[in-house]
Amino acid sequence: MPTPTEHGRPDPETTTLAHSRDGRPVSDRGDTVCVIGAGASGLTAVKNLAEHGFGVDCYERETGIGGAWNWRHDRSPVYASTYLISSRPFTQFPDFPMPDDWPDYPHHSQLLSYFERYADHFDLRRHIWFGTEVVRVEPVADDRWDVTTRSTGGYGPERTSRYAAVVIANGHNWSPKLPRYEGLEQFRGEVMHASSYKDPAQLRGKRVLVVGAGNTGCDIAVEAAQQASRCWHSTRRGYWYAPKYVFGRPADQVNDTLLALRVPLRVRQWLYHRTLRLTVGDLTRFGLPKPDHRVYETHPIANSQLVYHVGHGAITPVPDIGRFHSHSVELADGRQIDPELVVFATGYLPRFEFLDAKILGDDEGAGRPRLWLNAFVPDHPTLAVAGLVQPDSGVFTLSHWQAVLFARLLRLRATRPDRAAAFAKRVRAGAGQRYSGQVKDSTRHWFEVGHADYLRALERALRNLEGK
Amino acid sequence: MSVQTGERVRVMRSWEWARPVRPVRREVLSALPELEEGQPPLLFVPGFGHGAWAYAEHWLGHAAARGFPAYAVSLRGHGGSDPAPEANLRAYAHDVVQVAAGLPRQAVLVGHGAGALVVAHALARYPARAAVLVAPVLGGWATFGAALRRNPFGTVPAVFGGRLRLSRRQLFSRGLPDADARRYAARLGRAARRAQWQLLTGADPEPAVGRPSVLVLGSPDDRVVPSSALTRAARRYGSAPLLFPGMGHDLMLDARWQEPIDAILDWLVKNPTRDDRA
Repeated sequence: MPTPTEHGRPDPETTTLAHSRDGRPVSDRGDTVCVIGAGASGLTAVKNLAEHGFGVDCYERETGIGGAWNWRHDRSPVYASTYLISSRPFTQFPDFPMPDDWPDYPHHSQLLSYFERYADHFDLRRHIWFGTEVVRVEPVADDRWDVTTRSTGGYGPERTSRYAAVVIANGHNWSPKLPRYEGLEQFRGEVMHASSYKDPAQLRGKRVLVVGAGNTGCDIAVEAAQQASRCWHSTRRGYWYAPKYVFGRPADQVNDTLLALRVPLRVRQWLYHRTLRLTVGDLTRFGLPKPDHRVYETHPIANSQLVYHVGHGAITPVPDIGRFHSHSVELADGRQIDPELVVFATGYLPRFEFLDAKILGDDEGAGRPRLWLNAFVPDHPTLAVAGLVQPDSGVFTLSHWQAVLFARLLRLRATRPDRAAAFAKRVRAGAGQRYSGQVKDSTRHWFEVGHADYLRALERALRNLEGK
Repeated sequence: MSVQTGERVRVMRSWEWARPVRPVRREVLSALPELEEGQPPLLFVPGFGHGAWAYAEHWLGHAAARGFPAYAVSLRGHGGSDPAPEANLRAYAHDVVQVAAGLPRQAVLVGHGAGALVVAHALARYPARAAVLVAPVLGGWATFGAALRRNPFGTVPAVFGGRLRLSRRQLFSRGLPDADARRYAARLGRAARRAQWQLLTGADPEPAVGRPSVLVLGSPDDRVVPSSALTRAARRYGSAPLLFPGMGHDLMLDARWQEPIDAILDWLVKNPTRDDRA
């Protein structure tokens, strides 16, 4: 199988009649669609576009597929003990199930092998240009796009190709978000972001402060509880720590039983609180703050072990950080602690540096795109963002259906322009819509969606588009 | 090409997510060509009562000899797969999708008898490269009526959860030596009770994903599937059935087994796959 890794591959379909704004030649790729990134969302975009009859060029800056899930990539956030937090049925692509003899919560290495098999099964690698990064994406006439690429690392010539449409699937978990704290520069201990945390050996024997109660922060706190000499876990507020199993079944499967029965949110929240009360118990007894919100109002944390280690004294829960001193950290309540290592599990922010922020509706430059269904761009009907969702469940199912919807939209643009126009109208009217109950205002919840609310909205969009 | 565009896509599957099918050990028999010739893998799905062995007799080897990697799965409770007395059609379709997704490349699904209905359900959950329905039993009351008329003693017990029995004369033509027919009939097992009932009461398959081409073939002298049912099945997928007169229901075991499998392979060779069109 030929792998197109080099620039300048002769391509019979390409014509170089057009020129870019600054006069460089542009190879016209006709009806071909460009996909940026060959991670989970990029792969499913490639697969579904090809399945709908489109030619696809996918650009991947790394030399392998898998994006965030490929631990060999320097931008991968996974660490040795990363396991899925949504169980298999919620995580797999809807039309390519994971082997049913895999565990409920597979390891990240299994996930990578799953993507490798997906790529081989559907013969996706022939569409992917590895080791190629996208430098610029610019709109041109007729809703088409000029995509400029070069070899990763910046050497080699730039090359511009013109595409009928672009799918951005560059991920949103690779650019660390680092909070500002007073005195952090003077702090003499070691400071790292969770993105560079790979292995529990990094914690061994140290006094560790873990900041942040996302799923990563909780995982690292649990590892620190077993490896470090001391572990403090700092959180902004009290959270609901959901166990991965309730009643002997994966918790998300129990939850979706209620969704299948169409139990209203308030009742589900009440049941959830009752269940946590009965299984996990009263967290304030462990010194953890009482949650200031209802469950489903922050991104769910699935971790059975955190509370266990807090109960063994191996994790000391502490409040938010007040400021740093040279050899100590002052907490919001005035207490002083003396960690040697501070791990900021404070999350990531999306970045689209190859694209003018205004195109995605981010007029203030805050980094938050304004899209419909977290994917469709007002006034740019041939541009879509895939996988920019933070669901209370797996992402890949959502990315799959985004790709299907976009592929069908592109097809209808040719055959039924009236329907495509009606869709564009809905995109404009619905930009910025949320697909979850009320959530806490924080960058962490910018892309938070309830998987059921979101998929129902997407299902409606698909049926509206096709007039069924 | 599928003509089911009038049907709606289903995105939400809360029940299926909340209640995944229980895994079982599945028997998969295979015959692989000596040289990789770039042909897609074929996954054969036997009908109720049959196991992968039914294809291993002739078709797997013949397909491999013509360059196609050929696999056959035994649905749970059949052949060498684990027993599953409580299985339903969803569990059977799950078995097919699991094996298909486990193959190295996008597969062609070939279902025989009620296995064709299982394949039709699997097509909604896996984008097969193409599908072939051999003497398809797609269920419904008409099928039941035909079965009652032709084989009342084999059919009535199934209504009460007993085994659906097919006689040798329904399955094979007179061209097949009696000893062979007896041997094959002795190997027949039974499908789970709930799956048998679903032949009557089950929901229609959802639309296929990935726009696979579908070929329907059978015999006008089949004593299980009447010609009218073959025509109906083929029309559902926008084509006409390929007919092999003089053969029984079990086209892969009957005396002239080679004709239908050659027709299937010829169709696969001629039928432009999506990749060529793109």
